[in-house]
Amino acid sequence: MSKNSEFVKFDKVDKSYDGKVLVVKDLNLDIAEGEFITMLGPSGSGKTTCLMMLAGFETPTNGEIYLDKNPISNIPPHKRGIGMVFQNYALFPHMTVYENLAFPLRVRKFSKDDIDKKVDKALSMVSLSGFENRMPGQLSGGQQQRVAVARALVFDPAVVLMDEPLGALDKNLRESMQYEIKHIHESIGVTVVYVTHDQSEALTMSNRIAVFNDGKVQQLSSPDKLYEEPVNSFVAEFIGENNRFSGQVTDVSKDKCKVKLDDGSEILANPIAVKSNGEKTIVSLRPERALINTKDKMENNFKGKIEEVIYHGDHTRVRLNLLGNKDFILKVPNSSANMDIKLGNQINVSWNSFDARALDPK
Amino acid sequence: MSSETQKILTTDGIPLEESLKKAEKKNKIKAFLLVCPLLLFLIITYVFPIGDMLYRSVDDRMVTDMLPKTYKAMKQWDGKELPDEKVFEAFYLDYKKLVEEKTFGKLATQLNFEKNGFKSILKKLKRKMKKFEEGNYKEQIMNVHKRWADVEYWRALKRRAPSYTYAKYLKGVDMYENEDGKIVQVPEDRRIHKILWLRTLEVAFFVTIFCFLMAYPIAHLLATLPMKYSNLLMICVLLPFWTSLLVRTASWMILLQQQGIVNDFFVMIGLVSDDSRPEMMYNKTGTYVAMTQILLPFMVLPLYSVMKTISPSLMRAGKSLGGTPFIAFWKVYFPLTIPGIGAGCLLVFILAIGYYITPALVGGASGTLISNQIAFHMKSTLDWSFASAMGLMLLTGVLAIYWVYNKLVGVDNIKLG
Repeated sequence: MSKNSEFVKFDKVDKSYDGKVLVVKDLNLDIAEGEFITMLGPSGSGKTTCLMMLAGFETPTNGEIYLDKNPISNIPPHKRGIGMVFQNYALFPHMTVYENLAFPLRVRKFSKDDIDKKVDKALSMVSLSGFENRMPGQLSGGQQQRVAVARALVFDPAVVLMDEPLGALDKNLRESMQYEIKHIHESIGVTVVYVTHDQSEALTMSNRIAVFNDGKVQQLSSPDKLYEEPVNSFVAEFIGENNRFSGQVTDVSKDKCKVKLDDGSEILANPIAVKSNGEKTIVSLRPERALINTKDKMENNFKGKIEEVIYHGDHTRVRLNLLGNKDFILKVPNSSANMDIKLGNQINVSWNSFDARALDPK
Repeated sequence: MSSETQKILTTDGIPLEESLKKAEKKNKIKAFLLVCPLLLFLIITYVFPIGDMLYRSVDDRMVTDMLPKTYKAMKQWDGKELPDEKVFEAFYLDYKKLVEEKTFGKLATQLNFEKNGFKSILKKLKRKMKKFEEGNYKEQIMNVHKRWADVEYWRALKRRAPSYTYAKYLKGVDMYENEDGKIVQVPEDRRIHKILWLRTLEVAFFVTIFCFLMAYPIAHLLATLPMKYSNLLMICVLLPFWTSLLVRTASWMILLQQQGIVNDFFVMIGLVSDDSRPEMMYNKTGTYVAMTQILLPFMVLPLYSVMKTISPSLMRAGKSLGGTPFIAFWKVYFPLTIPGIGAGCLLVFILAIGYYITPALVGGASGTLISNQIAFHMKSTLDWSFASAMGLMLLTGVLAIYWVYNKLVGVDNIKLG
């Protein structure tokens, strides 16, 4: 089983709507066969435009998109054989569930028996057997969503695009649908390109995530790498929670650097995007990597004043004033050892230089 | 059952239903008072006139009341031969009274509707009556004019005896009750109403079709263009609404007449020669063109409001699922616009079926519709009961169409906005 690692290929794709602003800038992206890839980014970052170009509803201003090595820019959407799940489901309101699912099969001139079989299979896949004769308006949001997914998969497309498909659902339903879509992907092995602005959705479901901002892919990597090792300050800020220190590099060695912060104190950090002395930088540190009152020996040890305590049950979020940063967040596990967390107390905070990533100063 | 045996009580012990009624009573009165003016307005301007129209179309008491003695005397007459002296005497007395009261003109008009030629012999009778001697009125009246000796005229008189009649409705479909009481068609050369009814239906039907064909693309464009352009287009669609109907019709007269702009243009591009300019006005063509243009917004607006609600992602979904643009349109977009099509067609058809000014101005002889005939009877012949009868037939027709539409498409599926 040799899988094509360039099943979908964006090659130097630019897109502009008005001839003045580039919505997508020089996009190069390879998507492997059977992969679940998520385009993640704030609204207006160009991720939906990329999806629309792949689906064929927008044409690239420059560059080419390849599907299984064939350029597809000149192929109209209905000949691309790409399934799509739309943001608002886009179920045909005047057709029953069965007719909705049969639509792509009927236009492909399948026989009545084949259609019945495929519709049956697709509906049981999303556990909606028995809903054939309902109208979409009679279904709940989650059920409509599942019908939309089934409809996009029923004609066995090579690629399925999903454009923020869970955006309209409530939180619980959204989470269970995330798993459901993930399982469907695992069981049938279709290539999925998923667009969302919800990072937890992206982290839960994807093999790889492409973080979009300002028309560019900021980082393309697996969810854990994206979270643990953001390559620039946008990604660090966008994915998960993040404590920032801005300062100037004073001393760089191979895997360590000294950063002089704006309030004058110095910390040790991991030089990711800095190379020489005097460079401006933003040091990023995940809240859970900073520990309080630890006995382990760590390179950075500072005292901070507790400004705010928010009880979350399993953990407590603490906002500290630390090294001039009034919004330094800590996540303290709920244990008997951490009982002295009170407003106004001074506590010791420590972290390793490896976890403090010195990134670009944006 | 349980509600009777075990009434639910409020905490104060009053039955819940009563308490609820009391609580809602005030609101109900308020609501009623609020709609009261409109309700009165509707009753005065709508229910009452239509009721009056219905009444007028069957009411025939005028003649009955004017000739009470005659009809009393006629009760014994079998209508086969000329009536006897008693009837003639009664008629003479009734008519004399009418002449003294100077209301005989109405009788003449009414009887003339029933049978042509009545008016002149009544007038002649009035002149000669002054010299009548007492007794033997039959002889004297028959001497006034030979038609007075014609049994047909007396039968016509007797036919007007009942207080209510459906004769006007028969007349509206070119039929009448003949001397033997049978309902038959009028002679072929006088069947004008049937032609008018059919023409009205035909014009309304084709105007609806033309409007639909023209409005569908316009409405789609309106619904899909960016705001900047769609607003402009919307103004173009609505502009005719803000112009007087008369002005618009008159401008069509300028455009369509034989020496008009359209004909000049045809001649200029060599489509027709100067001496054979086609007649595009004072016939059906003129009626079609002007009515289609005038009624177009009534089709565009319901279509637009429905199309506006159709998400563009539906068409995209249709295409991404493998449908060609045509299939996506035909299977997905078009069925969703049916409520708008229904509303627009019904609206245009109903408006077209009763259209008056435009056919009157540009229709000529072959382009007039039933409403022009109604107006003619209202204004020229003053046969209001006939006009009412035709008006009601028109109204019934519209209601029938509405009913059929409801059966076929369902009124709930209509969307005006």
